[in-house]
Amino acid sequence: MSTSTGIVAAAADQPTPTVATGGARSILRRFARHRLALLGTVVLLGLMVACYGAIWIAPSPQGAQDLVLGPTPPSGAHLLGTDDLGRDFLSELLFAGRISLTIGLVVALIATTVGTVLGAVAGYAGGWVDEVIMRITDLFLIVPGIAVLALALRGLGSSPTTIVLVLAALGWTYIARVVRSQVLSLREKEFVDAARVIGASTPRILLRHLLPNLAGVIAVNISLATAAAIIIESTLSFLGFGVQPPRTSWGNMLSQAAGLVGTDQVYLLYFPGLFILLTVLSINFIGDGLRDALDPQAKQL
Amino acid sequence: MVSYAVRRLVYSVPIVLVASFVLFVAVRAAFDPLAKLRQSRDPAVIARESARLGLDRSVPEQYLLWGKGILQGEWGTSSRTGQPVRSMIAEAMWPTLQLIFWGLLFAVLIALAVSVYSAVRRYTVGDHVLTGLSYLGIALPAFWVGLILIQLLAVAPRQSLGLEDPPLYFIGLHSPGWTGLNLDYVRHLVLPVLTLTITLVASWSRFGRAAMLDALSSDYVRTARAKGVPRRQVVIRHALRNSLAPFVTVVALDAALLFGGLVVTEQIYSIPGMGRLFLDSLLAGDVFVLLPWMLVVAVAVVVCNLIADISYAILDPRVRLS
Repeated sequence: MSTSTGIVAAAADQPTPTVATGGARSILRRFARHRLALLGTVVLLGLMVACYGAIWIAPSPQGAQDLVLGPTPPSGAHLLGTDDLGRDFLSELLFAGRISLTIGLVVALIATTVGTVLGAVAGYAGGWVDEVIMRITDLFLIVPGIAVLALALRGLGSSPTTIVLVLAALGWTYIARVVRSQVLSLREKEFVDAARVIGASTPRILLRHLLPNLAGVIAVNISLATAAAIIIESTLSFLGFGVQPPRTSWGNMLSQAAGLVGTDQVYLLYFPGLFILLTVLSINFIGDGLRDALDPQAKQL
Repeated sequence: MVSYAVRRLVYSVPIVLVASFVLFVAVRAAFDPLAKLRQSRDPAVIARESARLGLDRSVPEQYLLWGKGILQGEWGTSSRTGQPVRSMIAEAMWPTLQLIFWGLLFAVLIALAVSVYSAVRRYTVGDHVLTGLSYLGIALPAFWVGLILIQLLAVAPRQSLGLEDPPLYFIGLHSPGWTGLNLDYVRHLVLPVLTLTITLVASWSRFGRAAMLDALSSDYVRTARAKGVPRRQVVIRHALRNSLAPFVTVVALDAALLFGGLVVTEQIYSIPGMGRLFLDSLLAGDVFVLLPWMLVVAVAVVVCNLIADISYAILDPRVRLS
């Protein structure tokens, strides 16, 4: 920003009031009106506390075996039963949740950040920059995601870091397209012209004037991408390309229980899936609530 | 329309070429095509094979060589099975096409019925129940649904009824020695198709409901009702007809991804289709199958996307393709 524009520039520096939101308090109020979103928030927070605080909360330490006990169905002593090594399944699930939740959240944050930046740059810059970025997103549209992910993880190895990076590398294109189309329409608005006229630099316009208007789509995308990443990680684990033992995630606990169909221990198949279901459901409700709160004009699907 | 289709296809050629080149480089970097031979440690054999496959040249040269082979119909030989890759892919295509056909058929019919019902009876108990179910369907990992269905519909009934055979099979598409359309085929097909249908209906019915609501609140529907057209006829002939266009687009786009996305379903139910072929080849590091596989799937996606656009224009004549 040039220094010569003085007071006018300072005035233009005030973040542009977004079209229909207006204030953190009214956003919160609209979010709270969405009962399921509120419920989803409570459930997700509960799950996060239980998983990340598993060291203190879980009934047994991680991996504590009781070979004499062996597999038992759910009971008072072991709420979700024990597996064939006599490990308390609830504790195992809580510890595994740390990896599943972390992968989901980190993938969503990275993918959304990268997608937002590239989408905003493409939409604002236009020209060949736009063309290149959009053609890259076209590439991602024509290859089946799960196959490419499996291929990449088979080639690169399946450490949690690799999984996060590979999932994020494939996950940024959707939000990039959405942000680009939003920026394309926003950059024609008067307040952007006004900011430009008084000499605001391009990064400044993008960050202070366009970004606040994108808060809705970004927040919704983070929630949906988290849910998607958790499901994709579990699917990859089922196929054998996800988190590898001895590390545990809900996905690889499920894939280990897959062989128990038709045996007495089939209960071990139900619980990891229920944890995934509960998490994803909560996150999706939160996403709906965020959309209603931040972007009331958006059409509800 | 024809010129649009041709132009679209021509336009997608560079995208497919770039995608295949990127994948070629990535796969070549990740896998050694001669991994199997290296165990024999005979340098002469390895050098001969490497020269025969052109592995001693630069990667762009190798890509051109490979691309030329694909175009000429010489797709090479699988290092895993020793069979020609082209016939392997052709054989794997058939079970996958069957799954896609039946899955799409049931998913589209059910999703449309749910959409119309939910939109017409908006905010009734029925709508809320269906909406809740679709939320569940979206949040469920597909492979878990498949495993639970096996447990609940095949294994548990067999155990509790003391049957010799489960009522529904969960391995393959036919029992050994059986072919064609018969009860055996149906008993094999129900579980995989149900697994597919649950996931697809969950997301399509949300979309279809929104499209129907959009149409129902439009001016032409109000006009038609004002003119005295019976409600049922307005719903079917005006609203549904108009919401079909966006719906079919979504269906065609998702169908495209099913060619590769069936990996999970085919794995659970041991169906020898494209998804299984991919997994088996990947685990064996069989680059000779992986690369043509990716190319075939990419082309299928491009064609389906084109079908999506054209069907939109057919269903909604207001849209002009240009």
